[in-house]
Order: sequence, then structure tokens, then C-alpha cells
Amino acid sequence: MPHTLTIHELTARLAAKELTASEIVQACMDRIASVDGELNAFIGHDVEDALAQAELADRALADGVVHEAKPLLGVPIAIKDVIAVKDQPLSCGSKILGEFISPYEATVISKLRDAGAVIFGRLNMDEFAMGSSTENSAYQPARNPWDTDRIPGGSSGGSAVAVAADECIASLGSDTGGSIRQPASLCGCVGLKPTYGRVSRFGLVAYASSLDQIGPLTKDVHDAAIMLNVISGYDPQDSTSEPRDVPDYSAALNGEIKGLKVGLPKEYQSAGLDPEVKSNVDAAVAKLEELGAEIMDISLPHTEYAIAAYYIIATAEASANLARFDGVRYGDRIDGVDPIEMLCATRGTGFGEEVKRRIILGTYVLSSGYYDAYYLRAQKVRTLVRDDYLKAFEKVDLIASPTSPTAAFKVGEKVGDPLQMYLSDIYTISANLASTCGISVPCGFTSRGLPVGLQLLGQPFGEKQLLQAAHAYEQHTDWHSRRPPLN
Amino acid sequence: MKYEVVIGLETHVQLKTLSKMWCGCANLYGAEPNTQVCPICLGMPGVLPVPNAEALRLTALTGFLLNSEVPSKAKFDRKNYFYPDSAKNYQLTQLDMPSTQGGFVEFEMGDELARVNITRAHLEEDVGKSTHFSDYSGVDFNRAGVPLLEIITEPEISSPNMAFEYLNALKNILQYGGVSDCDMEKGQVRCDLNVSVRSLGQKELGAKVEIKNMNSFSGARRALEYEISRQVKVLSEGGLLRQETRRWDDEAGITDSMRTKEEAHDYRYFPDPDLMPHTPSQEWHEQVRACVVELPLARKHRLMADYQLPSGDADVFVGDPALGDYYEKVAKGVKNPKAVANWVINTLQAKMTESGLGLPDLRFDPSAIGELVNLVEGGQINSRIAQEVFLEMFNSGQNPAVIVEAKGLLQVSDSDELGQMCRDVIVANPGSADDFCNGKTAALNFLKGQVMKASQGKANPQLVGELLEQILNE
Repeated sequence: MPHTLTIHELTARLAAKELTASEIVQACMDRIASVDGELNAFIGHDVEDALAQAELADRALADGVVHEAKPLLGVPIAIKDVIAVKDQPLSCGSKILGEFISPYEATVISKLRDAGAVIFGRLNMDEFAMGSSTENSAYQPARNPWDTDRIPGGSSGGSAVAVAADECIASLGSDTGGSIRQPASLCGCVGLKPTYGRVSRFGLVAYASSLDQIGPLTKDVHDAAIMLNVISGYDPQDSTSEPRDVPDYSAALNGEIKGLKVGLPKEYQSAGLDPEVKSNVDAAVAKLEELGAEIMDISLPHTEYAIAAYYIIATAEASANLARFDGVRYGDRIDGVDPIEMLCATRGTGFGEEVKRRIILGTYVLSSGYYDAYYLRAQKVRTLVRDDYLKAFEKVDLIASPTSPTAAFKVGEKVGDPLQMYLSDIYTISANLASTCGISVPCGFTSRGLPVGLQLLGQPFGEKQLLQAAHAYEQHTDWHSRRPPLN
Repeated sequence: MKYEVVIGLETHVQLKTLSKMWCGCANLYGAEPNTQVCPICLGMPGVLPVPNAEALRLTALTGFLLNSEVPSKAKFDRKNYFYPDSAKNYQLTQLDMPSTQGGFVEFEMGDELARVNITRAHLEEDVGKSTHFSDYSGVDFNRAGVPLLEIITEPEISSPNMAFEYLNALKNILQYGGVSDCDMEKGQVRCDLNVSVRSLGQKELGAKVEIKNMNSFSGARRALEYEISRQVKVLSEGGLLRQETRRWDDEAGITDSMRTKEEAHDYRYFPDPDLMPHTPSQEWHEQVRACVVELPLARKHRLMADYQLPSGDADVFVGDPALGDYYEKVAKGVKNPKAVANWVINTLQAKMTESGLGLPDLRFDPSAIGELVNLVEGGQINSRIAQEVFLEMFNSGQNPAVIVEAKGLLQVSDSDELGQMCRDVIVANPGSADDFCNGKTAALNFLKGQVMKASQGKANPQLVGELLEQILNE
């Protein structure tokens, strides 16, 4: 069962010649063939292209290229359908792009290729990364491998499912308000949202440019560290990426958290928090304490305004970011007698309901006469939220909370109530507003056997400490090694 | 009733950069449609803009040239509107923190010095170009993303002619600074005109009419002339003007309405989250400032003062900066710089036009013209010979002194030698000598000509005249 391996296990086997890249890629393809009909994690995957890359990797391995030089050599990595891979389809979970094939490569993909990874697959997602359940995909919802009647979370639902169900070794997702961490939590895998500016956004189709960040979904924390090392760093093609050094994240995983100060925000004990989620997260926090961490209560006083601010800023940016999908230069076009009619028909048909809702909301908050009351005020709230975090981080090293207030809910359960759906991100959204980093690690199961995630938030560019703590916790628990009951 | 005109101009100028504003595509005019494009300037999904450092530099330089404040922090905003020639359906521009603020342009109107205050010059991107065919339209995105500077004046221009002179002055400044070639043919300069009229003495401005997208300065002047008379007519007939956008029909010579204020766009500006604010260092400011060149008007005044040139000559050199530079190279250290100007403007320019050669093609060193002038000034050759020497110098590139020497053209100023020539001529032309003695002074010129001829043009004409008179009066 090679497809169940982690990155570090797989590379060891590849290096020892116990396995070839072609075999592992074929194993993933077989796994997809057997389970993805039910899970729908992939919108598509190019088997031939993946096997061709695997062959190249095998040749490199035969030529003596080592994983110290190319840390992902021969490792199959699947990609959320919002990140551009040259010559592969790019649909963003939407119909509006039609048969669009990307003519260029995202920076993260170039970095993965440089590290020797086998890039394959277009992972299912909420359309344009807008949603928390993958039900907004134009390509049918993905399903939670632990209970296929339930959603996997979103928007990087496909990315979490593919990892949790061993259809790939690791994947990339994107996180604007929790879109990596929440599905990782709901599917029982690890999901890391790096600090804003840590990873280049060039080639990530923008939902909300000031909040979006690409990150890995993996089977354990060690893999997240390996992936982050590969994809991080300043990119001259992304003005918002930070020109600062990338530490060796893997080397920092020494299991040591003695004296680490962990804060528990009192505002995160909200009414909507499921008791079973709470008890699992409480137990995880107790475990951290047992391992030598110092647990402290903290306050993030502006938490209650975070969701409102988020839905103003994110939708405002989205309303402009998605304006380019007009059918003029690419994508599907529905003709009209004049440009406006063409535009309305193309966008009216091509976009799904949630995307239209957010574009209209974003257009509204930027409108003359409303800008100050909404957009400008939301930016002020964002500053206050960030200040809350920076202040908290003067006292503590990390902040711990549930990733999501509930475990996976049923398909269709919240579709009719967008506000309820928005609350799924209540614990994750602030990290994006504060531009800091966060990780979700498996920390238990509900009585129905659904995974629960522990969220740890770190200081801006504090990924090293974040991964160190998450890894230490993981070393003393076995939640991450459990597998969903699939055939 | 008397009316007063208030005009403000918004001038769009394409910056002279090698590449576009946000990507590496060439900033190139006239290529096959959609050949100078990439995923970034086509607004493909997932791409990001990276600012062109040279465009930012040229913008700051413009600020310094226009006496503006160049702030230490500027930012870019998204201006949202849907149009097929806009690749992203928003334009990146600068709303409230532009790269330059304030400033002024000074220029001459007749004998008066005029000044137009600048509100701001901000950096933005050009859009694509639509072409409409019988039953479809095409868009060429070669121009999309070309850096564009929008220079906005205060509403204080008081006549179409003043607007025209301002535009010419602005163009000269930008060309001088190397900011833009300002080639109108290539659409590198376009302007929008804001014009209103009000009763003389009225405080508040009249309804503002905007005339979009003028691509020639004379067209702008004519459009303003038409629009002002139209507005005055409406008002004097008791009508009301409304705020609106009009377009200029150059063939018909009229403006007509495009849209009224009610139909105006809500551009929903907000700061572009893909770009960091531009916060250049003090050193950068100083480096840019060091590139500031002398402005045309200042140069004119300096040329007049330093070289005693008349206004007309100075205008020629200001209007053709390369020729001006050439002139200054020659005129430095020459006793009679005005004579140098005559040589450069008349003789040299005419010869260059005739031969199709440019300044860089000239075979002789610029200092040769100075030497030539000095030879004339020093009495070594006369001005007729000088023309001959110039031709030779132009053709062969040889030094004037060498030519004079080789051809034996040195002016004869020896009184004995010339006296003998004069006597010979008088003897040979007794009739003319008598005429002179009988009071026909014009006969002297004939005799003088004969002496010059006999000397093969080398005789000092002034001395010849004096000697002839002296001999005849004896």
C-alpha cells in the first residue's frame, strides 16, 4: 500500500530503491480509480503526464540524484484547481473558464518541480475558493472519506480528501479564511496556512488578494515542514511576498516544547462550539501542558467583528479580482448584441450562486457613498484584529483553539443558510485578517467517528515554532495515522 | 453679458520605457496585433503585477521637471469598470496618493510669461485598442499595460490658445527630460479637456463639460473654440448647461454629447492589494533629481544671456535640442557667438537638409565652425571665401585653416600688393574711374569688384575700397 506513505517515508523508500516513482504514481492512480468515484476529490487528472514525470524522476534517482538535493524527487503531489500548472486545465471549480488551459506556471509549481515532485491532478474546490464545504463546486461536491454523506469542508475540500484518502502523498490548497485548515480538520489530515507573504501567490487565481495564501495539506506535520521549505521564499513576481530567509523547518522538529507558552482565547468559547469538538480540543491542550507547555488564558477582544470585516474585505477584493472573467480573452463566452449584454450573459451563466452573491456584496461595499461605512471601516477592524494578535503574542508563543466549531456536517445541511456556512470559519478567519500563520492537526474523533482538528496559530513568520509544537503534539498521539474506513 | 472661460486639462502621456508597466512585454508601437502580450498584460487568471522601476523613475523625474512635490509614499488603486479593451476590467491607477503632487508649467505667450498650475501627475496603465468591424469587434492588447502618466492642471486656463501653448510647453519639457517621445502620430499623447464658461465676475464655476480623447493639440484648440462658443450661445439665449461628457468630431468640427452626469461611472476605487506602496529612499530621490535637465524656457533665457542671441535664434535651438547642444559646443569660447548662430541656423542647417545628413553624420568637428568664424573675425579670410571653405569642410571634413592654407585662400591685406592691383584696375577701366571722379560713387563698387576678381576673391574688401578711394582722390 505505498500510496498510504508520508513524504518522508516515501522518499526513504525511493532512495533505498525499494520502490520507484512510477510505482508510487501508479499506486495513486489506482487508488483514485478505486475511491474517487465516490469521493470526487479530483476534477481531473492527467495520468499520462504524471507517469511521464515519474519516469523522469526514476531516471534522476537512477542517476544518483538524492533527496537532500531534490527533497520531493518522485513524490506525487496533487494541486488545488486554483493554482496554475502550465499546459493543464485551470477551472477554479467554475464553469466560466470553460476548457481553459493555463499557458504559464505558478511559482509554487516551479518550486515543486525544482524539488523533483510529480505534479498531477486538479483538486475539487468551492468555486473560486468561496465556500466551506466544496458544495459550491461546479463539478459536484467532494465527499468526506470518513462519512461520504458529509462534506469534507472547503474551499480546499478536494485537497484534504485526496490526502486523507491516500489518493496522493500531499497536496496544495489555498487559505483565504480557513480554506486549508478547516477541510484538513474535517478530513483528519494536517493543513498549514503560512504567514501572508511567506509563499508566492503568483499563479494562484485570486479570491481575496490581501488574504490568500497557498499552503500544504499533508499526512503529518513533518511532511508539512518539508513542503513549506520547498514552496516558501521571496518571489520577484509577487510584490507582496517577503524578502526574508526561509529557515530549515524540518530540522526544527525536535519534539521539544518545554516552556512554550500557549494562549487560549476566551472569545473562542463561543455558543456554536460543538461539545464533542470542545472536549477533544481540551484534551489536546492538556496533552500540550503535559508535554511541558505553559497554558494561559488570553483575550482577542475584536474577535466578534472578524467575520463581518472578512466578508467585506474579501468580497470587495473578489469583486475586482473576478471582473476579468468576461469571455473576451479566454473562457466560455455567451454572445450578445453589445459588450454589456455579452458580459452579463457570460458572467450570469458562468458563475455559480455563491460567487455571484460575493461579487454583488463586494461591489456594494465599494460603491460610492458606502465605501467609508463598509470597506474603510472593515480595514480599521482588520488593523484592530491584527493588533489583538500582536499583543497576545507578546505574552504567548502560540494560540490554541478548535479549527472548526463542528465536525463535518451533512451534504446539503447548510446550503440554504449562507450565514451558518460562514460561521464554519469563525476560528480560522482571524489568522488571515492578522496575516499570520496557522496549522490544523488531527486531535481526536467525535462519537460518530468524525475527525476533530486542533488549530495552533503562530506569530507572523513563526512557522518554525508552530511546526515544532504541532510536531511534538503529533509525536505523542496517533490521530494522524488513523485512516478512513474506505474499501 | 461678458463671459469668462475656465479650462482644465488632463493629459495622458506614454512613458518612454523599454517594457510595459507590470510585465516584461515590449513597450512597442506598430507591431502586429496581440504579439506584444503575455499572461500578465492579458489579465490571465492568477497573474500579478510587478511595477516597472523605470516608469516610477520617469514619473518622479516628471515631478521634478514640473516643480512638483514628489512624496515619499505613493500607492496604486484599482479603478473598476467593464470594457472589452481592459484586460482585468479594472485599471491600475493612483487615486489619493499619487507619485507627484502640485507643480507648474511656465511658457511664453507672445511677450508675456504664462503659468499653469499642475494639480498632480499620476502613474497608470494604458488599455488595449478596440477596432470595430462590420459585425464584430477586435481588441489589440499590445498597448495594454503601457505606462501612462496622467498630468492634470488646475482649472485656470483662460483661452483655447493658452491651452494650446501649455500643451506644447508640456510636450517640450517631457521630451527634454527624456520622459516621453510625445509622438502624437503614435498616440503617445492624448488629452481630455474640461471646459466651462461663466458670467464675468461670477464666483462659482459653470457646468463642467468634458471632451474626451483629443489626439492633437490643434484639434484640442479647435474643440475648445467650438465648445466655448456653443456654451456662450446656450447661456446668452437663456439656456442651461449641464455637466456632461462630449466627444469631438474633427471632420464636422463640432462636439456632441456622450453621457450626462447621471450616467457617470461609479469606479469603486480601492487600494490594489497586489502592490505594495511605493516608498523610495532619499537616495533614490536624489538620484532621480540629478537627472533633471534644464527646461526649454530656462534654456532660452540662458542662450539669450550667455550668447547674446536674439529671441528667434534661441527659439530655434530650444525647439531642436540636439541642434542647440551642437551650437553650444561650438559657441563656447568663440568671440562672436551670434555669428556662430548664423552659421549653424542658416548655412549648416541648409546644407544638412540639402544633403540629407544629420548632426551625427557630419565629417568635421563642431569646433571647426568656431575656427571658421574666428578666421573671418580675425580678418584672415573674408566672408565669401568663408562660404567656400565651409563647403570644402562639409565635404571633406578638413580643418578650415588647413583648407585656407592648402588653397592659398588667405586674405590679402598687404597695402603695397593691393595698391598695385588697384592702380592696374584703374588703368584698365578709365571710364569707371572718370565716373567716380564725376561723383558717381557707385562706380567704386565696380572697380572694387574688378580688384576682388583679380585677387581671386582673396583681397580684403574693406581695404580695397579704402585704397581705391585714396588713389582716385589723389
